[in-house]
Amino acid sequence: MTTIAITETPLVLSLLRLADTALVHSHRLSEWCGHAPMIEEDLALANLALDLLGQARALYTYAAEVEGAGRTEDDLAYLRDAPQYRNVLMAELPRGDFAFTILRGFLLSAWAHPFWQAATRSTDAQLAAIAAKAEKEAAYHVRHTGEWTIRLGDGTDESRRRMLAALEALWPYSGELFEADAADRAMIAAGVLPDPATIRPAWEATVTRVFDEALLPRPADGWMHTGGRSGRHTEHLGHMLAVMQHLQRAYPGCSW
Amino acid sequence: MYTQALNQADTGSKLVEDADKLARFEAKIDAEERIEPNDWMPEAYRRTLVRQISQHAHSEIVGMLPEGNWITRAPTLRRKAALIAKVQDEGGHGLYLYAAAETLGVSREELIDQLLSGRAKYSSIFNYPTLTWADIGCIGWLVDGAAIMNQIPLCRTSYGPYARAMIRICKEESFHQRQGYEIMLTLCRGSAEQKAMAQDALNRWWWPALMMFGPPDAASVHTEQSMRWKIKRFTNDALRQQFVDATVPQAHFLGLTIPDPDLRYDEASGHWRFGAIDWEEFRQVLAGNGPCNRERMEARRRAHEEGAWVREAALAHAAKRRARAAAKIAAE
Repeated sequence: MTTIAITETPLVLSLLRLADTALVHSHRLSEWCGHAPMIEEDLALANLALDLLGQARALYTYAAEVEGAGRTEDDLAYLRDAPQYRNVLMAELPRGDFAFTILRGFLLSAWAHPFWQAATRSTDAQLAAIAAKAEKEAAYHVRHTGEWTIRLGDGTDESRRRMLAALEALWPYSGELFEADAADRAMIAAGVLPDPATIRPAWEATVTRVFDEALLPRPADGWMHTGGRSGRHTEHLGHMLAVMQHLQRAYPGCSW
Repeated sequence: MYTQALNQADTGSKLVEDADKLARFEAKIDAEERIEPNDWMPEAYRRTLVRQISQHAHSEIVGMLPEGNWITRAPTLRRKAALIAKVQDEGGHGLYLYAAAETLGVSREELIDQLLSGRAKYSSIFNYPTLTWADIGCIGWLVDGAAIMNQIPLCRTSYGPYARAMIRICKEESFHQRQGYEIMLTLCRGSAEQKAMAQDALNRWWWPALMMFGPPDAASVHTEQSMRWKIKRFTNDALRQQFVDATVPQAHFLGLTIPDPDLRYDEASGHWRFGAIDWEEFRQVLAGNGPCNRERMEARRRAHEEGAWVREAALAHAAKRRARAAAKIAAE
């Protein structure tokens, strides 16, 4: 089996965007397992990775069902190449140091929590059910990464320097979280997805609260990177997928 | 897992112990009562346990590396989730084993320092590489299988905190063992390439798994004291034989060949008799010359060094919070 082509109706595309963001972020978090600064964080980052992986699996399974072409979660994860991936760019950036990983986790979960909260009221019952579970997980992710953001921002000179560097690198990727294209607007109009404009105030409030305590400045919103949600990625995603999809590509059609 | 520390001699100073206390301690052991952290215990007992429990903890932590090597390449999302959870379990085992060791009066920092400086050992098995996905199956099936053989008796070991930690660990390990076997079964029922992958992994892991039980009893005089104190309850050879007897039929069910031309079933005793183990290989791996000793230690040292600023920041932040709280109380 080679690379597959998905029929991306607005709903399928929306599910893939959420699933890919969760899977790619999970993958980056899982790279820490066994290499974290302390055993407690080996466990915690693995927990976050597992939650996100669980969300991705539920979303892929549903996307495959909606597409109706008889595909599985693994087909969607392992048999699409980078241009078919729909995750936000922030999720795919290399794991970086612990400050980068924590801040990325914080910025993404501060978006995910209000997003899933709102999605529990989706007109799509399946998505609402996925959201009900994801919302609880995201709340814990905000707490864990938020506490670390505060510790590192208001820790030592070194930890603060690293957090500022991570903030400078990550902030220009935050705009993509609130984009809405034609597919999104169709889903918003149908009451399937929340409008990102309604998510943004909660995100801003969480970021402001945590940054204030972490003594970190909220950067100005300048130029924002974009493209991941429509398949234009950074150089990093291709390498990630080359590793992740290795066995499925080298031994096509096998059961594992 | 991993009781190889029990094969080392206790080389500590011979303190003159209080004869009455020693008699009471030994009576407790004989009565199958648990020794608890605040109970009096002979220094050699304490040292043996610290060495054993910490080596066990180190083995769990180093053991995260060979399997972690496949987290990013797991072939399906289900396997990926199971593997992350498994490696996470091992980290959890390490954490509560360090906590069990701390009840004996050493700190986790001291123990980790002993590991990173090369003074403490960890199980020899983790110095072998994981080259294909089948190695993840073999580690679960054979390495966790061997660990369970070693550890089930430890659930009744005489030191309470260690025994209780082992009960939970054994439950998780037996789940890992089944997962590993299921990976092997899937490969063996798959394509010819997958089955070859499974056989190759068995060829590489079989003998190192047998070595996990430690040197033969005849060459392992140091286990006597540990047996008497009921830290250890079965000899290396007895556990190894139990493992072989349990595992050979499992390999046959998979349709795989155990890489031992001398392996045969002994009708009279009901045991599978196996060929000679290459103890020189075992000695070399313990001496630091295994295929991955250097990489494993480098990975642990790098994680520790690169994480130093994080641990320092956490402490600095906690100190700031305490100071602010104290200043607030003083101002009120």
